[in-house]
Amino acid sequence: MTGDLVYLDHNATAPLRPGAAEAMRAALAVVGNPSSVHGHGRRARRWIEDAREAVAALLAVPPAWVVFTGGGSEANGLALSGLGDGPRLCSAVEHDSVLRWVPEDGRLPVDALGVIDLEALGRALAKAPGPGLLSLMWANNETGVVQPVAEAAARARAAGWRVHCDAVQGPGRLSPLDMAALGVDLLSLSAHKLGGPAGVGALIVADGVTLAPLVRGGGQERGRRAGTENLVGIAGFGAAAEAVRAGGAAESARLAALRDRLEAGLRASCPVAAIHGAGAARLPNTTCVGLPDTAPTADIQVMRLDLAGVSVGAGSACSSGKVAPSHVLRAMGLTEAAARRALRFSLGWSSTPADVERVLAAWAALAP
Amino acid sequence: MPDSRATATPDPRSGTDPGPDLAPGRGRRAVVAMSGGVDSSVTAALLVEAGYDVVGLTMQLYDQGQAVAGGRTCCAGQDIHDARRVADRLGIPHYVVDYEGAFRRDVMERFADSYVRGETPVPCVLCNQTVKFRDLLGAARDLGAEILATGHYVRRREAADGPALWRGRDSAKDQSYFLFATTRAHLAMLRFPLGDLTKDQTRALARRHGLAVAGKAESQDICFVPGGDYARVVERLRPGALDPGDIVDQAGRVLGRHDGIMHYTVGQRRGLGIGGTEAPLYVLQLRPGRREVVVGPREALARDRFALHGLNWLGPGTAPPETGIRAMVKIRNTFDPVPATVEVHADARARVTLETPAHGVAPGQACVLYEGERVLGGGWIAREGLSE
Repeated sequence: MTGDLVYLDHNATAPLRPGAAEAMRAALAVVGNPSSVHGHGRRARRWIEDAREAVAALLAVPPAWVVFTGGGSEANGLALSGLGDGPRLCSAVEHDSVLRWVPEDGRLPVDALGVIDLEALGRALAKAPGPGLLSLMWANNETGVVQPVAEAAARARAAGWRVHCDAVQGPGRLSPLDMAALGVDLLSLSAHKLGGPAGVGALIVADGVTLAPLVRGGGQERGRRAGTENLVGIAGFGAAAEAVRAGGAAESARLAALRDRLEAGLRASCPVAAIHGAGAARLPNTTCVGLPDTAPTADIQVMRLDLAGVSVGAGSACSSGKVAPSHVLRAMGLTEAAARRALRFSLGWSSTPADVERVLAAWAALAP
Repeated sequence: MPDSRATATPDPRSGTDPGPDLAPGRGRRAVVAMSGGVDSSVTAALLVEAGYDVVGLTMQLYDQGQAVAGGRTCCAGQDIHDARRVADRLGIPHYVVDYEGAFRRDVMERFADSYVRGETPVPCVLCNQTVKFRDLLGAARDLGAEILATGHYVRRREAADGPALWRGRDSAKDQSYFLFATTRAHLAMLRFPLGDLTKDQTRALARRHGLAVAGKAESQDICFVPGGDYARVVERLRPGALDPGDIVDQAGRVLGRHDGIMHYTVGQRRGLGIGGTEAPLYVLQLRPGRREVVVGPREALARDRFALHGLNWLGPGTAPPETGIRAMVKIRNTFDPVPATVEVHADARARVTLETPAHGVAPGQACVLYEGERVLGGGWIAREGLSE
């Protein structure tokens, strides 16, 4: 890490893994369009297919299911838009890139811990005019709460629905990763959430699902995503995916231990702080701390920690940098005042025990 | 820049100015309110130069698309972008604080309500009073800052009884009218490093610091009313407030129709849409209850007595003398100060008597009191208590 700065915002974006950086540097030297028939083109193609196999292996799916996209939001858009005009359902705590495709009345409630209400899902499926698409995230980016995707998917599929899972927060945190166990038809990944570069992602599309492309043009990605492949980005994605797979369950356990130490320390300095979603199944890397209403709002807390050299997240920052009250926490029943006072600490591959101790020292000096 | 706070107490009447009060920073934290314009950008540069640990904050106040067209654009765009690029250039941290809710409640809605009441509001004062010197000042304190600096053209001076507010040295740029409601507690933490400069000097400093905003155009309009079409903004906030009504003379005779009293300001001449009378007509009064605009000859505009509410005192002592004071007063921003007597009552109310009647005393505007260059305070011109 740079100097004394601590980066605890992996759910926003993870630092580039050294293996990914190395692969990208090598890929920069590659000349050739992967669609070209000549030797240059074939060598470029090989990079893409190696990466495709690495990403497929991460989710234990056939490589042919992997459609590279320009990122997680595009993968979500492709999944939500590509299946035709049927009804769409999702949870109320999805990322904006999913919510934008689902009408208000298709957004299913969550309980106080942020877990989707499966009874409400059952009612919505029964009420729907016909089969459509259910989109449910694997784990929430703000709270780390893991959704019962397999259970929800089984219900939806029994009613003839397709199921999409926004899984961008899964890899690098959860282990093992197995798309078949989730029982979904479509699954979104984002390279930069797992230590690859930003601007590249993938939609995993199971056999038998016909998708209309969002980006039309050439026949790349088997006609599901036009445009010359982002070779350098895809190479980095593949290398990062390999590193995640190598980390396995041991990395999940390492993160959980760091997270437990972090949460114990945070609560020791500020016993009134709540940990949102605690009590539900959660990612091992994410802590969403709720501060009392008397505390300055989370945007100010993020600034204070930043000025002390610690990078953490709050709500979902829009590109202007203003922080809106989290729709996720509001859906969990928090008041607007409480939703404006939640800070997110998210660990990842580069996090160390020393990072956690430095964060706790800064927190102790600033805790409300 | 020398620290001149140790010098003798200035005599406001003498006009002798002890000089800028920006002490060397010595690494102390300062927050600068950065709007993305040239003034606040230069303010940030001056604080960096003076050795402060500078943090830039930009207030997100309203959704530009929504204020005008009702559309939804996520982000304010150019001004935040400009502020961020200036902060990058100066190498200081920069953040955006979201005051959309407070700005709507405390500034935009009060602005609209004021028009509906038949007044002519000054939203910049409301903004300074609320989001800037309540919320932003609080944020600066929360961030551990000792001072909050803005790019206003006013001077802050240490007087015997605490910090005092002076007009900007460049009378063409002086913004003291908009800051009359600033309290001593605010002033203790505020700094106005541009108060001794002219706009040209500020632009020259911007160029010297290599700031891309050096040539940026001045904002003329009320920030949330681009293009000056405030009626549209009021209509969005208070639907139905644009009801048409009668234009009447002082005797109550109907002279014509108008399409909403908010289109009129006391003292206004143009735009009445009435022809055929010998002398030009002026707006004398707005009667919101009857939706009437009262017009008459210019002589009928003259007023020498009016009442103030929300009086803020920044003169010597902690409160204005009960015996009343003599002061120079401004009844709108573009008004040459005139002599007056101010009688102070309880509940921050006061009565102003002008030595010579003035034209266009408009309820809702601020009346600001001066003694030489020093701001003694001010209040809001009330609808009640206006001399006939």
